[in-house]
Amino acid sequence: MNFPKELLYTKTHEFVKPDGNNAVLGITDYAQSQLGDIVFIELPDVGTKFTKGEKFAVVESVKAVEDIHTPVSGEVMEINDDLEANPNFVNEDPYSKGWLIKIKLDSPDELKKLLNLEQYKEFVD
Amino acid sequence: MEEKLIFNYKTHKREPIALPYDDFQYKNLDEIIDTESISDNACKNFPDLSEPEVVRHFIRLSKLNFNIDENFYPLGSCTMKYNPKVNELISRFKGFSDIHPAQDVEDLQGILRILFELGEYFKDLSGLPGVTLQPAAGAHGELTALFMMKAYFEDTAPNKNVILIPDTSHGTNPASAQTAGFKTVKIKSNADGDTDLEDLKAHLNDDFAGIMLTIPNTLGLFDKHILEISKLVRASGGFLYMDGANMNALMGKVIPADVGVDVMHFNLHKTFSTPHGGGGPGSGPITVCSKLQRYLPNPLIIKSDNQYKFSYSNSGSIGKVKEYFGNIGVLLKAYIYIKSLGAEGLKRVTEFAVLNANYIRKSLEDVYKPAFSRICMHECVFTNEYQEKSGVKTLHIAKRLLDYHIHAPTIYFPLIVHEALMIEPTETESKETIDNFIEIMKKIAQESKDNPDLVKNAPHNVFRKKLDEVLAARSPVLKWRR
Repeated sequence: MNFPKELLYTKTHEFVKPDGNNAVLGITDYAQSQLGDIVFIELPDVGTKFTKGEKFAVVESVKAVEDIHTPVSGEVMEINDDLEANPNFVNEDPYSKGWLIKIKLDSPDELKKLLNLEQYKEFVD
Repeated sequence: MEEKLIFNYKTHKREPIALPYDDFQYKNLDEIIDTESISDNACKNFPDLSEPEVVRHFIRLSKLNFNIDENFYPLGSCTMKYNPKVNELISRFKGFSDIHPAQDVEDLQGILRILFELGEYFKDLSGLPGVTLQPAAGAHGELTALFMMKAYFEDTAPNKNVILIPDTSHGTNPASAQTAGFKTVKIKSNADGDTDLEDLKAHLNDDFAGIMLTIPNTLGLFDKHILEISKLVRASGGFLYMDGANMNALMGKVIPADVGVDVMHFNLHKTFSTPHGGGGPGSGPITVCSKLQRYLPNPLIIKSDNQYKFSYSNSGSIGKVKEYFGNIGVLLKAYIYIKSLGAEGLKRVTEFAVLNANYIRKSLEDVYKPAFSRICMHECVFTNEYQEKSGVKTLHIAKRLLDYHIHAPTIYFPLIVHEALMIEPTETESKETIDNFIEIMKKIAQESKDNPDLVKNAPHNVFRKKLDEVLAARSPVLKWRR
């Protein structure tokens, strides 16, 4: 399993990649391996505002359909349009080609509540 | 043998059926129908096959189908019981097949009596006072009930707009609740497979409108805390909705209203032996508590002065949810099933459904890891834990069963069980059939040790080998093209 050191994680297997006042959100390598081959991803519109805990995406695999919840509040700045034609990017490369959305953080303090690499690894094990 | 599509048969510009000339004066097509609305290619290249050619094509196709009339079908959560042929026979009697819903009520007394009595049976089975037979499927029943709950709260407490859904629920539950205008929130299960009471309590807020519980739940377990749950739900002013998909484990043993259920649907194709699938028609009657009765869809079937009538008197009715009175052909088969078995027979259905599932659970527990080690209801869930080290996944075990002419069980559901393999034998199978299944499952467990590749590459003996499910889901071809 690949869990990059610079990312933050959640117990529901989302990752957050902070970038100044923005953050990129996606699902972890563990999440994609549990879901199996992903066949469809529903993403929100740019400009949508979410509060922490809200569902922002739906990921459908051959095994299951899962809601993905955001661990941080903010406004969607960008979405990964490539996933519409290539949902497999999330299986192949969840952290870079398979990112889901970029969000402008309402309160960067929320990042402090997320898990770091060691905490997440311990949780997954 | 490969069977080509009917469009790919060679044709010879024949006139395969000769119609009597006098009866069918030849007219131009556009005099009879609006040909503008037909695409150019629809009729062009239509194969001119003779009747025997058409019949043989479809009979050959039908032989490629797996069906309960031919083999065992232990598909968990779906209750694939055998459908008695007497249902088909009686429902085709002329008195049923030649009536029309627009006939005068006086001429429909027979079928109305049947529908009325069937409604009474569902009331008895659920212990709830209101019934409608209109919904055309289980999920349609859910939606109808949720619309009624929505209407109730709009009249009484508009802030109540959250429906709680356990993480073991059927996918239709959150879908129905959202379609009816509710928000849905997921509730966790605990390590025993029951509802996590602490998580439930944390969500019983002012906006709580109800919870949708499948009883027994989709793990095949009867929630030990059901009475505590229903007490909490009642105290919070919400409804306890029961998804009746698993009623095959309760009939004559548990009356849902006795454990606090306020509203529920029945799946006639599961519990009451009406045909499954093929896209329908289905039927999902619902029964409701007195608080919801005034919202039932009109018309209701009532009996007065020894006559059966339609009543449109329900003041708060959410309206009709189905043209005419429901899928009568399906309702009729359920009625015949109930009448054939009687109250005592339905109880025995439940007893055998639960006994058969537990017999399989005990017989296989040494070779497949049960997801839960307690007594199950009408279905049992295993995982691939004992097979995992040789790389054999639940999918492979399911596919290998096809080689032995047994339908694959439900796999990867419920989602909270890792690599779930869910088996529901139903009451209609003999001990010999079930013993044969157990032997084959043991054989596959042995094969997984001795020759894992044999299992991983299954199926070997079927018409179509391993299908590319990912490709099919990612780039489905939904329309035939030449």
